[in-house]
Order: sequence, then structure tokens, then C-alpha cells
Amino acid sequence: MSVSAPAAAQSRGGDSVATLGRALRRDSWTVALLLLLGGLLILTKVISPRYGASDLGFLAIGALPVALAAVGQAIAVISGGIDLSIGAVMALISVTAASLMRGSSEEFAVVVVIGVLLMGVVVGAVNGVLIVASRVPDIIVTLAMSFVWAGAALLVMGTPGGAAADWLKNLISGSIGSEWIPKALVVLAVVVGVVWLPLRRSRLGLSIYAVGSDRLAAFRSGVEVSRTKVAAYALTGLFAGAGGLALTMSTGIGTPIPGPYLLLSVAAIVLGGVSLAGGRGGIVGPIVAVFILALVRTDLTFLGVDPNYTTVIQGAIMVIVVMVGAFLTLRRKQA
Amino acid sequence: MTDLLLEATGITKRYGAVVALRDASLSIAAGEVHALMGANGAGKSTLVKILTGAVRPDSGSILLRGQSRAVHSPSAARRTGLVSVYQEPALIPDLDVGDNLALTGTPVDTFRSWVSELGVATLDMHAYARELPLAVLRVLDLAKALAQEPDVLVLDEMTAALPADLTERVLDVVARQRQDGRSVIFISHRMLEIAAVCDRATVLRDGETVGIVTVEPGADETIVGLMLGQAAGAPAVAPDAVAATSGATAAASAAASTPGPAKPVETVPNVAVRTLRAGTKLHDVSFELHAGEVLGVVALEGQGQDELFGILAGSRRPDGGDLSVEGRAVRFGHPADAIRAGLVYVPADRAHALLAQRSVRENIALPSSASARTWGPIDMSGEKRRVNGAIDRLQIDTRAQAEVRRLSGGNQQKVTIARWVAGGVRTLLCFDPTRGIDIRTKREIYQLVRDLAASGAAVLLYTSELEEIQAACDRAIVIFGGRVVEEMPAADADEPALMRAMYGLAPDAPMPEEIAAGTAPASAAGTAPASAAGTAPASAA
Repeated sequence: MSVSAPAAAQSRGGDSVATLGRALRRDSWTVALLLLLGGLLILTKVISPRYGASDLGFLAIGALPVALAAVGQAIAVISGGIDLSIGAVMALISVTAASLMRGSSEEFAVVVVIGVLLMGVVVGAVNGVLIVASRVPDIIVTLAMSFVWAGAALLVMGTPGGAAADWLKNLISGSIGSEWIPKALVVLAVVVGVVWLPLRRSRLGLSIYAVGSDRLAAFRSGVEVSRTKVAAYALTGLFAGAGGLALTMSTGIGTPIPGPYLLLSVAAIVLGGVSLAGGRGGIVGPIVAVFILALVRTDLTFLGVDPNYTTVIQGAIMVIVVMVGAFLTLRRKQA
Repeated sequence: MTDLLLEATGITKRYGAVVALRDASLSIAAGEVHALMGANGAGKSTLVKILTGAVRPDSGSILLRGQSRAVHSPSAARRTGLVSVYQEPALIPDLDVGDNLALTGTPVDTFRSWVSELGVATLDMHAYARELPLAVLRVLDLAKALAQEPDVLVLDEMTAALPADLTERVLDVVARQRQDGRSVIFISHRMLEIAAVCDRATVLRDGETVGIVTVEPGADETIVGLMLGQAAGAPAVAPDAVAATSGATAAASAAASTPGPAKPVETVPNVAVRTLRAGTKLHDVSFELHAGEVLGVVALEGQGQDELFGILAGSRRPDGGDLSVEGRAVRFGHPADAIRAGLVYVPADRAHALLAQRSVRENIALPSSASARTWGPIDMSGEKRRVNGAIDRLQIDTRAQAEVRRLSGGNQQKVTIARWVAGGVRTLLCFDPTRGIDIRTKREIYQLVRDLAASGAAVLLYTSELEEIQAACDRAIVIFGGRVVEEMPAADADEPALMRAMYGLAPDAPMPEEIAAGTAPASAAGTAPASAAGTAPASAA
């Protein structure tokens, strides 16, 4: 960061180039991830020349639930916590939505969507209130609650089933405008854009970063720490709910057994530059990371690698990327 | 009684078995600068936390403008007009300055004008708080508090981490608050600051208000007497006495072991440093440190002393120069190398040295058990003997010994020293060991340092409090711009002499006006407020 001082001096004069330079440096990790993603897309095209717009669409649909979960997890982690119940909450919301939509009208599905998203908020808020009230560490409360929510999901629906409204399924399948812009990607951008962007610069958004960065300093700065934590977990619940709904939208049914989304969400935020210590990171990095992880899997499949090796390689890539990032940060600090 | 702005009476607070406050009272008039004094552990911090709403008292009443006040959080206290600047920075490290202001709803323009008033010329509002040097963070904390136009401003050891010139500005601002009819509660261990700005002082001892003193010439005797629990008028302030005993012990050790620090060339020094340089701040430092002596180091902020101590403690590698320990050239790759060579380090920040959640006993025993040469179980009875010996020797208050973090700051600092005493120490490196520590504990630490030297150890003592040089040291070196600019025996190292050398002036040159007034000269601008204003690396670039 030693270069930032002169640039900072220039930008005070309204130099937008310097401001852009600062933004690039500040989000250099995200920029690097985007470059990596671009490289992977090119690599995919090289390995499999027939890879086209429809494949990209499938990639986006498959990545949508994971990306929403990663956004939720990122918010929890930025606030200084972690949500181990995110997979179970997704399952609960998914089966609730699927069972409510079974045999009901297309219009009623609107009510269902609003209802299950609110349910996500409530479930997340319950996690948050328990953490704040019990003073038990986040990791323990959310681990315990993951069993509660997973059980609740099985109570709602014992076996995979239910249905999804057609308009919901159509909302994320196919493309819009150009055939290269999958609808799922647009939905993701809209959801994140509507919820997170206005929040990020608001008092609540700053408070979430503040509480995760230094709880005591935040308290002394007048931040209502408990309320902020509950709000952060409620937001996590909202995105988990959206992720669960996306599962139902993409498969057309609800599945009561939690998928691999908890571990994928944690993997994505780590790769996406969110500090597990809290207070640092953003939302875009984790989303890009989700696509990177998915593309790596696709490429390895195209290459005919044994699926058992695929996960090993995926894990190894994560470790290497994070290590390289840590190494570069260290070098830059010392320079 | 209606002219009282804030009146707290009969405040009590206990944490489990430990009584923090048993009967504390404090009354502040409008337009008054009121000092809150007390030894470490007397209950100052607890009282401040209660006033600012961070902690609820068990009993007692707090009246604000004659009306009962019940606040349960710092933000509620702020709405009633009471704003506090705490001992530790309160800015969020991972937010930039602008976001920090937005978080607390601080008006930016007022904030900026206070920042420049306080002597920080340029401030990058987009710099992350974690990138700013400590002194600047303190200034920003203060400016943030002032921008909220508090009726009562609480400064809790605000000046402890500030260089002299910034301290001067803080005192000016405090005086201006009084002119504007606002009140300040001022907590500091520096008597000079109290005398300079305070109207009255409330003295706490063992959780009880033991006196309210009008600050006037000579009042410091009374205040110290009250703090120490001695009758007023008794010879409570006795730096001379400390100096005298220290002189005596130094003489004794000199006679017993070495020819004394005056003729160092005849023995092999414990530590010899030749033309050491590192980074952009440490350019050329040479000195010898001998067994049985305490060598003081003084410097303004950022003159290379951090690098010097880092190298000696093994946590940093030099770019050039030689370091030899007991005659052998050494290169430390790790603090463990330094410890093995007999150099142990007591940092200013106690949090860096202690395992906060472990017991006093484990903390003291750790360095000696870490160097155990044998495998297998630790010799518990031997360890216990060493630990208890160290605790007795340092008079550590062990009421809360299960976890070090519950000890008061002074007692924590004693533990950091005790852990090395327990193992028998050859060379002790102390970096501002008395920062933010009360007078009684300070004296105990001086005495400990003297005792260590008398028993044949060598001590290198960096201090930001100039009077410590004559109280604890045999000899002093002054570092300016990364070079040793002055070396003098403690007898000559009075505050004016040290001050001149610290600012890079010749020993006999008169003090220029602007320095006396607390403004850094142009040559020192790279160190103090101006560069500090940017980001930490800016001054390193």
C-alpha cells in the first residue's frame, strides 16, 4: 500500500483517474479473480471448442444458489461471525416453497416468494438473537441451529418433491437480450444490487463492517453491536432464503437434505477475499469465486479427469490461490 | 449546587470478588477542566466507563445538569453531551476515515477543522484507519470527539501515546474548551500536564474518592500524597530519592564489578552496536551497553528507535552494521535467537508480550519453560519457586491472577518484566515500559531496573518521559534522524538538555521559540505531525 499515498494526494483535486486507480488497488483481489475467471473461460473454450451460450446458461443456473449462499455467508463473516446453518436454512426454504407451490396457482407463487424470503429473514434473525442473547460463539450457535433447521426441513417434506411455478422456473432459465447473457446471472445481479448495494454505504452496512473489524471500538463509537449482529444474520438468512428458493426454481422441486452449500459458501468467501477474522472483504469477490470453482469443475470434467481427483484438485487450487494472495499482500506490505 | 454540570455520588461497582469502586464521587462545574487522578487499579477506568455508559454501576447516582441521568451505552451518553476519548483508539481499523465519520454521524467539516487545528496538516479521508500511525489515530479520535461539540469531554490518558509537540496542542485545545464554557475530565499520569491545564483534581484510591484538590503550585505534592495514601505534605514526590538510591546502587555495582560506565572500553560490553542501519529511519547508530549499567535512549517519535529495538529483540533484520553480544558478532533471525543470546525485550504494548487469557503464573514461567533443554515434564516445584520469587520481588497484585488480562495495566507491565527476572536476565531491553502507568508503579519499575543493574544485568531503556532518564539511568543517548546525536551521563541529562538534543540542536544552542511552543521545526517535520498525517507507509517512502 506504500504507493497509495501519492495517489491519494492527487485524487483530492478531483482526479478521477487516481480515484479509479485507488479503487482498482483496493479491490485488486477482486480484479485478479475476474482476470482468473476470464482466463478460465478462455481455457474452457480451448479445451472444449463447442462450449457455447447454453453451457454458460447452465453454469449460471447451477452457480446461482451457491452464489446467493456465498453472499449470505460473506455478510455473516464480515460482521465477525459465521453461519454454519446456511445449508440447512436453504433446504428448509426450498422445501417450504416447493410444498406451498404444489398444486397452487401461478399468482399464489408471488405470495410464496415473498413469504419464504421473509421466512429466511426470520430464521436468520433467530440465529442472530440466540447468538447475542446467549453470548455463545457464533460458530456453536449456528452449528446447533443447523440441526434444528435441517430437522424442520424434513418435517415440512420428508422426501424430495413439491413443485415450482412456471414463471419462477422461466425466470432463471434461458437468456435475455443477447444469448450470452443468462437470465440467472441477471437475477443474481438484481438481487444483490437491490439488497446489498444500497446497504453497503448505509449506517447499517458500515456498522456491520465496524462490528466485524473491532467490536469494542464499534461499541465505543456508538454502534449498537447487538442490533447490528442480529441485522447481519437476518440479511444472511435473507440470502440463504433466496438461495433455497433458487434451488427450487432451478430443479422444480424441493429437497429436504442440505446440499454441499455450507462448505461451498465458506470456500467461496475465502477465495473471494473475505477475511474470516471479520471486517474485510466484499460481495463481488465471493460471487466471482463461486463461478471460478464451478468452471474448474467443468473444465476437469471436459478433460476427463476422474471425479474423485476433481475435488482434490479443486481444493488444491483454493489453497494455492489463497497462499499466493497472502504472499503478494505480504510482499506489498514490506515493499 | 445548580452550577454543577455533572455530579456523580456514591458510585460502587464490583466485578465478582474484586471491588473496582467502593465509594467514588466526582463533580464537574461548567467550564471546568477537572483531573481524575489515581494509581493504576484505583478505579479511574471503571469510573470513566460508568460515566460514558459503557458499564452500569451497582449503585450510586449520576446527575447531569441537576437531573438524574440513566444512560446505558456510549451513544446514549453522547446524546446527553458527554463524549469520551478512550485510552485505545476507537476508530474502526477496516473502515476509511470518511466511513468512520459516517458511522458515528460526525460532521466532516468541523472534524477537518479540528484536525488541522491539532496540527495534522493533510489527511487522506480515504485512508484506512489501520494504515495510520498511532499518534494520528489519537488526534483523529480527539477531533471526532470535539466535532460533536460535547459539554463534557472525557480524555482518558489521551496524551500517553503522543509526542511532545502534539501533546502541547491537545493541552491548547483543552484550554479552549474551558474558554467556551465546556468542561473536560482529564486523565493523565503526567503531573506537568495536570498543572498546565486543570482547575481541580479528584483523587481516587482503592475505588474511593479520597480528596478534591484545587490545582495550584505545589498541589502535586498533595495529589501524589493522596494517591499513595500518605498524609498530605509528606515527602511523597521523591524523584530525587530514587535518583539518589539509583546513584548509590550504580556506584556500588561499579565498584564491585566493572570500572563503571564512565570507562567502558576496558571490559567486553554485553551489547555493542556499530553503524547499525535499517529501513528508511535507522541510519547510523553505535553504542555499547555494559553489565551493571542502565543506558537510557530518548528520541522524538519515529527517529529509528523502533527499528533499533526490533533488531536487538530479533524481530527485525538490519540492513547494515554490526551487532555483537558479549564479544561475539551475532545475527538474529528470530526473537528466540535474541533470547538465547541473553537479550530480552519488554515492549511498550503489554498486549504484545503477554498471553492475556492465561494465568500470571504461566505467563511468568513461559520464557523459562520454552527454553527448557530437556524433554519430558516441567519441573513444577522449581517453576513455582521461580514464579513466586518473581511475584514477590515485583510486588505484583495477584488478586486476579487467573487471567492476566484482568490485571490493571501497571500490574500487567510488571508481569512482562517479571517473566524475564524469573529466568535470570543478562540484558533487558525496555521500550517505554512505564507508558500509561501510575507514579507508584513507575517507581517500582525504576527500582526494579536499578536492582537488575546492581545485580550485574545491563538494561537498555527507551523512554518517552524525559525525567525517567535521571531517575533510572546511568547514561543516556539521544537519537535524532536515525543517528546518535548526543551521549551524556545521567547527571547532565536534564530535560532541557535532552529536549535540545532530541530536536537535533547543538547542546549549547538556545531553544528557538517555536520549539518551546511545541511546534516541530522543519527538519523534524518528517517525523511528527505532518507526515503522520498521510499514511504510515507515506513516511516510510
